[in-house]
Amino acid sequence: MSAAAKVETARQPVLEMRHISKTFGAIRALQDVSLSVHAGELHALMGENGAGKSTLMKVLSGAYRPDAGGEILIDGMPAATGDPIKARASGVAVIYQELSLAPNLTVAQNIFLGNEPRRFGIVDRDQCTRRAREIIARLGVSFSARDMVSSLSLGERQLVEIARALSTNARIIVMDEPTTSLTSRETDRLFEVIATLKSQGIAIIYISHRMEEVYQLADRVSVLRDSGYVGTLERADLSASRLVSMMVGRDLSAFYKKDHRPPDAKRAVALSVRGMSDSRLLKNCSFDLHKGEVLALAGLVGSGRTELARLIFGADRRTAGTLELDGKPVTIGSPREALDAGIAYLTEDRKELGLFLDMSISDNISMGVLARDSRAGGLRDFAAAERRASKAVADLSIRTGSVQANAGSLSGGNQQKVLLARLLETEPRVVILDEPTRGVDVGAKSEIYRLIDNLAKQGIAILMISSELPEVIGVADRVLVMRDGTISGEVTASEGEPLSQEKIMELATGAAQQ
Amino acid sequence: MTDRATEISAGGQATGTSRRLRTAIAALGMLPVLILLAAGFQFMNPRFLTETNLLIVTQQSSINIVLAAGMTFVILTGGIDLSVGAILAASAMVAVMVSLVPDWGLLGVPAAILVGLGFGLINGLLIAYIKLPPFIVTLGSLTAVRGVARLLGQDTTVFNSDLPFDFIGNGSLFGIPWLVIIALSVVVLSWLVLKRTVLGTWIYAVGGNAEAARLTGIKVPLVLLFVYGVSGMLAGLGGAMSAARLYAANGLQLGQSYELDAIAAVILGGTSFVGGVGSIWGTLIGGLIIAVLSNGLILAGVSDIWQYIIKGLVIIVAVALDRYRLQAGART
Repeated sequence: MSAAAKVETARQPVLEMRHISKTFGAIRALQDVSLSVHAGELHALMGENGAGKSTLMKVLSGAYRPDAGGEILIDGMPAATGDPIKARASGVAVIYQELSLAPNLTVAQNIFLGNEPRRFGIVDRDQCTRRAREIIARLGVSFSARDMVSSLSLGERQLVEIARALSTNARIIVMDEPTTSLTSRETDRLFEVIATLKSQGIAIIYISHRMEEVYQLADRVSVLRDSGYVGTLERADLSASRLVSMMVGRDLSAFYKKDHRPPDAKRAVALSVRGMSDSRLLKNCSFDLHKGEVLALAGLVGSGRTELARLIFGADRRTAGTLELDGKPVTIGSPREALDAGIAYLTEDRKELGLFLDMSISDNISMGVLARDSRAGGLRDFAAAERRASKAVADLSIRTGSVQANAGSLSGGNQQKVLLARLLETEPRVVILDEPTRGVDVGAKSEIYRLIDNLAKQGIAILMISSELPEVIGVADRVLVMRDGTISGEVTASEGEPLSQEKIMELATGAAQQ
Repeated sequence: MTDRATEISAGGQATGTSRRLRTAIAALGMLPVLILLAAGFQFMNPRFLTETNLLIVTQQSSINIVLAAGMTFVILTGGIDLSVGAILAASAMVAVMVSLVPDWGLLGVPAAILVGLGFGLINGLLIAYIKLPPFIVTLGSLTAVRGVARLLGQDTTVFNSDLPFDFIGNGSLFGIPWLVIIALSVVVLSWLVLKRTVLGTWIYAVGGNAEAARLTGIKVPLVLLFVYGVSGMLAGLGGAMSAARLYAANGLQLGQSYELDAIAAVILGGTSFVGGVGSIWGTLIGGLIIAVLSNGLILAGVSDIWQYIIKGLVIIVAVALDRYRLQAGART
């Protein structure tokens, strides 16, 4: 595929963004960034969160108007800026991290949502279905136009989004972290679709934090740092060290650094889970979590990892199962009771289930301990909240101008740190982290790994759900693998042998049984 | 739909500040409207800005502001309370009936408040623990409590020309009507609860993201029970105020469509209809705008019919403003 792209490169770029700057008040979000993309090329855009990637894409999609002097050329012709409708009409489509589909409608209805083929002013359902089938066939995917979106997996939903982009004859498709919530099989599927799109001459701008993906896919890589353009690498010149140094300007050799001592068998059990079941998916899940241990819960998306975590935390109702904390049985029927017992949970979905976006960083951090901080008569102790917030901002290096700023104004990595800070304020003994580095940039990732390591050193027991195998292997002492709502096996590191990625995949996919 | 991805760059902080600015403008943004309205009415009729008339305006708005204060609590959690007008009627009936008991007549006021609180807690229990939608629960209690109010007086008007607590409705302290003092106290107390207590922060949190609030360990049902309890209780207080003003109560007519005025005041005040954003001071301004509008239209000689039409349009414009503000908020 890269050979084909090379040929295309010789021609005029389908998209050129020239000297794009964007300021918000006094703050520079983009400074003189230029980018050109050819038809059939996959152009990866890398950079830490806050580097300006999303802002640049919002300029492209028309959500933002660039400052004077910046221009966007499509097929060599100047295009309108700051107008999402014109941008879409000129062939630009953006597929966002948060999917924007209506789950209660069919695939076909979603593909043509807001753009329905009509006959006599009435939605032409036959045409709708027929054209949806054509597009789906073009992508070569397994679901049908009549399926309800609610019955599709996250990966399939992403493909529906791509189908929607194709329905508007998009020629430049922006994918913002498309694989974050996909299983590895779904990711492979997506990559096949990407190859198909490229062969059809569609240009793809691919935003990702994952080095392996960029290696596998990119024809060229452009890097942004601190709102500015750093440089572009051709495929032949790609190397991890060059990319990383371009992105962060610092060495990440100690990316996964384990300082805490992995617990031996004699270490006390912090949390003992027995026979956990729910009415839908989970069947008889049991395991022990030791003090000072980092236990990873691996498995495919949909295998029941989040469900099990929520059950332990009391967020959902269980049909069977018991918990023991430090050897004493506890009954946990609600998150409040879990927190009181010393179990804290970090959600995988920080915007929908975690943050109060309209409230201050300070309130977000203190939210779990407001009652503990309160003064007589239930009055707030604002000084205490401020102290906690300032300390957390310093300890976790949360980048913000003020702890009174809204949580919604922070970048993904910093929002995640705010949630971690909130969790730590409850002084937990057992911490459950659900995809703690999802949608977080490299810098913040390594900071979160260091934090996990520190917590383990303090004797806190950590259960970490993760879909990234390098992360599981780099951070965890031991791995439990889930499949179809049960714990299908355990992978431990033996003398000198690190955790085996292959073993985890075998257990997760069921290949081990054959 | 396109702007939900917010990996925020350095620009994020600017938008955060400007969003807060926008919230402040949304709350105070109605203050210029109030001043403009007052100036306009003054221009049409110089009697508008006289001490007597201003006292009348504030007095007339006081009951609505008390109801709207309770409504602010409810709407901040993303709920709605349609039953406040009916609860006001039932509480006013109880206030007058208790006032007729020899020697114990003053108990009419606490009795009304307790009756309001009781109805509010029933709403709250159904919404918080049975998890029924607030709109449906309070729509039901709007009708049912109205029936209770009529039942209390066998569908007649109850009078007490010698009402022991009539000073509330018609007396003054240092020249300021008691109704106004009560309404302002309610606003100040509400501000204290919403902005200075733990419970207040929980109310904003539940309105902003109920599921996140639950996962943070906030007892969401208790918060909901509290806000509907407050709304009912303040409707009960409104009932006592109303009875004290009229020396009478009628289960059929009293408080009809008061809930709409209260909701309009809250929305005019910039509180978001989906919850999580808003302030009690905005509600105060919203309530005053509605009162100024009614009073000014009367002074300007506008007919009763047109007053209805104009007030209705104001409610629609208010909701339109809410929508506009939400869109602006999402455009970060």
